[in-house]
Amino acid sequence: MSVEEGIALLFLLAGCAFYLAGTIGLLRFPDVFCRLHALTKADNVGLGLVCVGLALLSGQARVASMLLLIWLVGLLAATVSAHLIARHAYERDAPPEHEGPS
Amino acid sequence: MMDVALPAVAVFLLLNLVAGMLRVYRGPTLADRMLAALLFSTTTVAILLLMAEWMAMPALRHVALLFVMLASILSLAFVGLPRDADEEDT
Repeated sequence: MSVEEGIALLFLLAGCAFYLAGTIGLLRFPDVFCRLHALTKADNVGLGLVCVGLALLSGQARVASMLLLIWLVGLLAATVSAHLIARHAYERDAPPEHEGPS
Repeated sequence: MMDVALPAVAVFLLLNLVAGMLRVYRGPTLADRMLAALLFSTTTVAILLLMAEWMAMPALRHVALLFVMLASILSLAFVGLPRDADEEDT
């Protein structure tokens, strides 16, 4: 197991930790907005770390650029989704119980 | 060593998906169920990338890219539901 694979393994494990945090946040947080916040942020950091680990493993520049593109589009998708769902949930239900920054 | 670690990470992400199903079951509002769909999209992309590396199939990376592009359309479609159709299903 070369040093490169070791480092890649560390990145993969860190990515898993963030995915776990995202899932726990999704299950444990009180209302939609906290869950949305936890989910979109944590999962994308997890995806980024997994992409870095895999880029290290593959070693080719073409594959690394493809992974970077996937991560960037993932970030775009997460921001769009988070904004749209939060506004949709905010309009339909009463504003969140705790005093958000109005 | 690597051909043991990659499937282990993929299986772990699959377990994350199963845990996300709990939110689908329990989610009071439709937006909560939509969150699980978001979780599915990012986790599936990661699993596809892991499989692409593990099985040495570069085509899977293009599949993952397609999935990521569909993820934003997912929430666009959800928000675009007609007003009465997305009432809370009591």
